[in-house]
Amino acid sequence: MGLSRAEPTPQVIQSGNEPWIATRLDFLVNWGRANSLWPMPFGTACCAIEFMATAASKYDLARFGMERMSFSPRQADVLICAGRVPFKLAPVLRRIWQQMPQPKWAISMGACASSGGMFDNYAVVQGIDTIIPVDVYVPGCPPRPEGLIYGIMLLQKKVMGERMKDSSIRREMEPDPTSQLYIPPSQIDELSEPFGNSVHQTRSGL
Amino acid sequence: MATTKRTVDVQLSTSGVDAQGRPQRTPLVTDQSGNLLTMEAPPAIEPDLQADHMLINIGPQHPATHGVLRLVLELDGETVVRCIPHVGYLHCGFEKIGEYRQYNQIIPWTDREDYLNSPGNNVAFALGAERLFGIAITERCTVLRVMTCELSRIMSHLVWLGTTCIDIGAFTPFLWAFYQREAIYKLLEDWVGARLTVTTTRVGGMAADVPDGWVDQLRHFTKTFPKTLAEIDKVVTRNGIWVGRTIGLGVMSADEAVNYGLTGPMLRASGVAYDVRKDFPYLDYETYDFDVPVGTNGDVYDRYLVRMEEMRQSIRILEQAIARFPDGPVNTDDHRVVLPPKSKATSDMESMIHHFKQVMEGPRPPIGECYVAVESPKGEKGYYMVSDGTSKPVRWRIRPPSFVNLSAIPKMVEGHLLSDVIAINASIDIVMGEIDR
Amino acid sequence: MTQRASFTPVVAGSASSESPATPKAPARRGGPPNPSADALRQRFGAAVRRVDVVWGETTVIVDGARLGEIAAWLHDDPAQRYDLLADVTAVEFRDSELPLEVVWHIRSLPFRRFLRLKVLLEKGRPLEVPSVWATWKSADWLERECYDMFGIRFAGHPDLRRILMWEQYKEGYPLRKDFPLRGRFSRSEQLRQALAANPEARYSMDELSIAQAFEDLPDDMRQRLSTGEKTGE
Repeated sequence: MGLSRAEPTPQVIQSGNEPWIATRLDFLVNWGRANSLWPMPFGTACCAIEFMATAASKYDLARFGMERMSFSPRQADVLICAGRVPFKLAPVLRRIWQQMPQPKWAISMGACASSGGMFDNYAVVQGIDTIIPVDVYVPGCPPRPEGLIYGIMLLQKKVMGERMKDSSIRREMEPDPTSQLYIPPSQIDELSEPFGNSVHQTRSGL
Repeated sequence: MATTKRTVDVQLSTSGVDAQGRPQRTPLVTDQSGNLLTMEAPPAIEPDLQADHMLINIGPQHPATHGVLRLVLELDGETVVRCIPHVGYLHCGFEKIGEYRQYNQIIPWTDREDYLNSPGNNVAFALGAERLFGIAITERCTVLRVMTCELSRIMSHLVWLGTTCIDIGAFTPFLWAFYQREAIYKLLEDWVGARLTVTTTRVGGMAADVPDGWVDQLRHFTKTFPKTLAEIDKVVTRNGIWVGRTIGLGVMSADEAVNYGLTGPMLRASGVAYDVRKDFPYLDYETYDFDVPVGTNGDVYDRYLVRMEEMRQSIRILEQAIARFPDGPVNTDDHRVVLPPKSKATSDMESMIHHFKQVMEGPRPPIGECYVAVESPKGEKGYYMVSDGTSKPVRWRIRPPSFVNLSAIPKMVEGHLLSDVIAINASIDIVMGEIDR
Repeated sequence: MTQRASFTPVVAGSASSESPATPKAPARRGGPPNPSADALRQRFGAAVRRVDVVWGETTVIVDGARLGEIAAWLHDDPAQRYDLLADVTAVEFRDSELPLEVVWHIRSLPFRRFLRLKVLLEKGRPLEVPSVWATWKSADWLERECYDMFGIRFAGHPDLRRILMWEQYKEGYPLRKDFPLRGRFSRSEQLRQALAANPEARYSMDELSIAQAFEDLPDDMRQRLSTGEKTGE
């Protein structure tokens, strides 16, 4: 799958030292990427319908170069996770993310994808950022098409700010049990206990 | 529907041997001068009896499965031998959470489960809760709920239409259908503020009364929408590709359909005239003049025709509802369930107590249970609620029409081709949110 | 919508002469019962434990052992003809002394009737009821879901396995009252268990028999299957 081991420190780019031609090249590449982000709509629930409405004629996504929905992850740039993700679907989402080639970005659309939303129960993943790295979170239940478009424009801004010299942003890390970053679940539970890792059933009586 | 077939005869002028050297046509035996002598039968191509069946997995992420449905197919060439559907990829514990929420707090949950029919689900749940509480709703609320249900039916059928057209290959009706949906979204947004997950009802009434001019906007919609529907009809209904791809597919006979628990357009297309609005009416549907389309063949084409006609009938009901829309309060004045006006709560002790009890604890129905079914665009949608006297139900059960309809898919796709599986799946009109809850 | 002349559609209510109306203000208890309740009492005697009418709906509590017979009779008898099984579900009360109720909602389309059948299962004994799949095919997935959510076994069901949760789901039966809302495991443990699945290898042995797909599985899956673990969904 071509994933390398984790390098903890990203390279620090000194902005004063870049040659002018590199900045122009960066601009060109980023402009091309930002204005032709082919979305992979990982649409599960209600947000998927609002995503479809955003792609339809009133809130046209084609003006962002995103009308070509790529349902195959191999040809997609941005994964838009629209809708709630239950635990049964979690490995599928991760596999889809792994199948997407770099450069890739992820938009978490809606409250359920960002944090589990109103589904704080046994079945739903409390935020897809526990499974895949997310670039933009779009709140809403479901977010209005204008909200999703704002999220896409934020992503475009992020893409425009990338530098080809900084390869760390394109590096992927597999959750590697032997690496120092991996914390076993029991330790996570201990660490997050004061923050209420939502396993405490008695909180707020709900 | 008469479709014309053209048969074209082709005279083969080449040797009649294909690229692999196997004879393709009846070889013509000619003598040196080119005169036909005899016609020999081509040697039989031995069928590959050892060919395995193929295991194909569709989903759970796939554009054409209308959500996260996984179909495991056993194919013999391109023909489906067996289909094993897997659901549960969108199971989010609705029924469990319903046991931890008050009745008015459950209504936003009903939006998310069948998210194409949000307003209709809200109405269905409110009807069930009102039955459980034993309260009656006002006249205005009844008519407004009928309007809500029918708008919801049109909304849902438009998504079905758009996505089915995309599955079978036509992209433009999707854009037309969603443009009409935007008109309905505008209506809902002007009324309750949300587009898709609307939470229009409350126990005992509605979230809010309609603003001024809303009814005129709705009337305008009932005049413009049939034109778009007619346009889509013109482009799709007698289209050779559409007809060729949908006729004779996924046939369920009337007996099978009833035994498999199918309801809604799936059942009616198979020739069973069962519509909850006609047979077990609610919201005074028996006083409205409308027809229920019933198909004859039970195939995908009939389901399409039934749903198209249902949209026209919904417009008919909407027009009647607009004509009879009475004035008056939209919420009942039973303050055990509906909050009294806030202005009174600061001066009147009883109102303050009602406010306090309803906000802190929630309205409490008497001990009992009820099952209320409505005709959702997918079929018979039932909410079964059991109360033990507390403000949160003991059990909130959603009877999901798509779940039961989908269970018949192994029966429907057997013997069809792979591309037909997509068309049949589209014709069931599934919503995974409702199936998996 | 034109109907072709050669086909007569099956009309609900064909055996009933009254025209249906929206029920107005049904009494909470003691309304007129569904005539099938009396017919059941006459036919099955002591197997019919109790008949209740709550909010206009008739509930018949029957003996679990004879449920298969009762279902078949309700379906086949020409005066009953309950041809549509709308729902199969279960109810567990918060009071742990009360038994678990398994509920069937059936409709007679020709007679336009609705009936609720219940079987009470005492806690502490195995939760088993007969399956009605032989009578109504719609029971297939409905009973699977009831098993998945409550752990009730339906004897005679052709393929009783989990449907909404994955087959190796270890936390329990979600809709039971002793199952907490957020599950028994911590969030990180739930996520770890969910992500441990290999989506490419989620096939049951039955599905793997197609195309001899067993050989194409990853090694770890083959090992787990050969030790008898079920990996289907």
